[in-house]
Amino acid sequence: MPAATIGLENFGVASDARVNNEVEFFRNTNIDFLGKKWYFLAFSLVFSVAGILSLAFWHGLPLGVDFRGGTLVYVKFTHPPNDADVRAKLDKSGLKDAKLQSIAGGQGGTNELLISLDIKETSEQALDAGKNTIINALETNAQPNKQDLNNASVQAVTEYLTNNDPLHLGLDSQQRYEAIAQQVVNTRDKSLGGVFSGFNQLSGVPGPVVQSLQQGFFLSDFGVRNVEIVGPQVGRQLQKQAILAIAYSLAGMLIYLWFRFEMIYGVAAVVAVFHDTLITVGAFSLTNKEISLTVIAAILTLVGYSMNDTIVVFDRIRENVKLLRRESLSEIVNKSINQTLSRTILTSGLTFLTVLSLFLFGGEVLHGFSFALVIGILIGTYSSIAIAAPMLVAYQEWRNKREGRPAQVATLPAARTKEKEKVRAR
Amino acid sequence: MKKNLGLKTILIIAITLVFAAGFIFGPNPSQSINAWKSQGFVAALEQNIHLGLDLRGGTHLILQVKVDDAVRADASAAIDRLKSEMRTASINYTDVSQPDPQGHPDEIVVKGVQPDQRGSLLSIVSERLPDYTETSGPDNSYVITMKASQLQDLKNRAVQQAIETIRNRIDALGVSEPVIEEHGLGQYQILVQLPGVDDPARVKDIMQNTAMLEIRQAVGGPYPNEQAAMEQQTTPGVLPPDTVLMKSAVNPSDPSMSQPQWYLLSRSSAVTGRDLRGAEPTSDENGRPAVRFLLTGPGGQRFAAFTGAHVGDKLAVVLDNKVQEVATIQEQIHDEGRITGAFTEQQAKDLSMILRSGSLPAGIQYLEERTVGPSLGADSIRHGVTAAVIGLLAVLVFMLIYYRGAGINADLALIMNLVILLGFMGYFGATLTLPGIAGVILTVGMGVDSNVLIFERIREELRNGKTPPSAVDQGFAHAWITIVDTHVTTIVSAVILFMFGTGPVKGFAVTLTFGLLANLFTAVFVSRVIFDAHLNRHRAGEALSI
Repeated sequence: MPAATIGLENFGVASDARVNNEVEFFRNTNIDFLGKKWYFLAFSLVFSVAGILSLAFWHGLPLGVDFRGGTLVYVKFTHPPNDADVRAKLDKSGLKDAKLQSIAGGQGGTNELLISLDIKETSEQALDAGKNTIINALETNAQPNKQDLNNASVQAVTEYLTNNDPLHLGLDSQQRYEAIAQQVVNTRDKSLGGVFSGFNQLSGVPGPVVQSLQQGFFLSDFGVRNVEIVGPQVGRQLQKQAILAIAYSLAGMLIYLWFRFEMIYGVAAVVAVFHDTLITVGAFSLTNKEISLTVIAAILTLVGYSMNDTIVVFDRIRENVKLLRRESLSEIVNKSINQTLSRTILTSGLTFLTVLSLFLFGGEVLHGFSFALVIGILIGTYSSIAIAAPMLVAYQEWRNKREGRPAQVATLPAARTKEKEKVRAR
Repeated sequence: MKKNLGLKTILIIAITLVFAAGFIFGPNPSQSINAWKSQGFVAALEQNIHLGLDLRGGTHLILQVKVDDAVRADASAAIDRLKSEMRTASINYTDVSQPDPQGHPDEIVVKGVQPDQRGSLLSIVSERLPDYTETSGPDNSYVITMKASQLQDLKNRAVQQAIETIRNRIDALGVSEPVIEEHGLGQYQILVQLPGVDDPARVKDIMQNTAMLEIRQAVGGPYPNEQAAMEQQTTPGVLPPDTVLMKSAVNPSDPSMSQPQWYLLSRSSAVTGRDLRGAEPTSDENGRPAVRFLLTGPGGQRFAAFTGAHVGDKLAVVLDNKVQEVATIQEQIHDEGRITGAFTEQQAKDLSMILRSGSLPAGIQYLEERTVGPSLGADSIRHGVTAAVIGLLAVLVFMLIYYRGAGINADLALIMNLVILLGFMGYFGATLTLPGIAGVILTVGMGVDSNVLIFERIREELRNGKTPPSAVDQGFAHAWITIVDTHVTTIVSAVILFMFGTGPVKGFAVTLTFGLLANLFTAVFVSRVIFDAHLNRHRAGEALSI
């Protein structure tokens, strides 16, 4: 732990209440952030342009099935699937444009495959036609008059057992068989990840029941874990809703900031947030990750987060403009950033830690969501310092020039006087 | 400076207990206690947290109610009424029909009415067809359309009725805690969520079955195809007035019903689904599965009148515009009937249940289908909880190292935050989804921000030479406004997400909002009380562990 205790002497104050032996980064930093604004601008430009180019010419906007419509079937096999094999089966059933994607598991390959069909094979006349075709195509060892135990529901198994009554329980057997059926399905889904490889895996189930099940069911080599089918109408609706949500969010923030500060603060903050969103969406395009509904939720969250961050810096700037009347604006802004630096880095660091945990351990379903947050938090922090603050200064310098004042006079309007009085009175 | 610490501490402990109770007992305390006794503590906890579909497994469907069907049906009935009224009033006409049933389902055109009879026509429309208005068209024709408000009403009623019918059917299937509600704004869509149903095929069929039952007089047939039917009429190519041709249903496993036949039926029905008061599966003389239905009082009377007047003639049982069965009327029948035909035993059972639940007022189409298998749900829970625990531990440990004594303060506040959040969700019966778990993780990260703000300010004030009590005062005072600002902006985006999002995203918005509200309380009030308690117990001049 670094020994502390410099600093107090700089203020010429001797006090008994010292802060000793603490862990503290970033004390008394004095970095000239505004001076580096051209580096920041260059950095932002590089990533923004890369993102825009990818959006326009390379991967485009990779929309998930939520927005572009289509069919998504997430299948787990009992063995590592052979892509060519699967594709051949699908082709034979007429699904020539199916896209296959292996799911990378944490433990060296899960046996999972994501099969997606275009919106063309997903019409609203028969929404699940694509899904049924896929399942039929993959069920190559189907036996007539037998159901697939790997894709059977609790109701199907219960019905079969009740009708065949292997334990000779007589009339009121349905509850008992339902419990057994639930046990079978739970073994398959919770312990075995969704597929049986053999009837011997049915442990804890009475022998006669297993034999009866073998009569009425066969085991295909896959289980369907997840299905998402979105028709064209819903896809369009969701697109509209996502755009509206983002627009309302930004508008709401703008109004709130205009209320608490002045318009220019609001505009600078919104520009910073817009920059963050652009870079995040660009990152998705560059890495060709799909944008789903949860990703939009993550983007809206990082809009809120980036605002937070910018507000903390602005609050300090506003406070310092009142206090340090004789200093130039860029000095005030620099000082404000330096003063809030430790808080900013700490909070981002901590939030980043939690989001990183989500990204590493949160699983496949949340992958897009956590990716958006990981990028968003880093960029959101960066933008408060690198975009919003310089913009404030630039605007003020421009206004000063127009009104004939020397460029560096800090007359940045702060929030209304009454509120300042309230603060001091606390 | 006592500052009522005793009272404040009691308040904090009380609030913690209240929210912990919310989490442990959930919205239904007696049920939870029973579960606790019978299945153990953890199982009882699991019951209180309402898991979303993405964690429990189940099916999510969005249906479009084809409201135009209901409008067309209403217009069709209006045409019948209009014709009989015009006959009674001796108004001559050449044609009454719908010119464009697809594009304008509520439009009826009457042709060939002489101008002098216009007045009578108008009075018929205003008295007998109050939902419709009339305008003149070219060449002595009149266009009768539904009034705009009535049209809207009819469509909305169709959706509500569809929801009721679907609810009846799903309840009969025994799905636990289904969600059936209107979806979207003014688009006539229904959201159906069926937890635990991972094979939706049968449920979808049952929901979609319009089950429109009608009994009509069978005037002619069977004909092998439509052409033959037209040729064999008295005037070849022209159907007798008020008749329609209809196809029969096909049952591939029954040799006598393997090819469709065409029948000539009356346009209006003697009995419709609305006259049903019950239906149950049974079997016919040959042991084939059949459905027996019972009629209501007025329905039974009409049926008796019809059969009484047509003994010796044939009647046809029509289901969803397909002829199921044609039988000769041997005597007057009062209030029950039987449908045999193209069913398996399972289908007979399903059909009885569907008829009992009422027919759908309009067809439905599926727009979206998502099915999460329980294996994926279990995996998601595991991943979510792991990430949450790791994230939480990382933050707790960091705060201890970096802020030492004050770190304990922050950690306590954070844990209380989580207790309050879970308590909120328990009391409101809120649904926990996978993004909701992510929301909890984010709340931890963003919540600790408030503490960082306060502590950094306190450190700064201490550096500036203030005494610990004064530094704590100033720290809280300055940080307060910023904390409010940041929380309000994030809550604003969470609220917008809630309004525009669907299931899992809504769950995220809910946990984020509750978490931030809880944070406002713990980070400011609770932290302050702990600081004050600490300051009270130490002599002036001693360093603050921060």
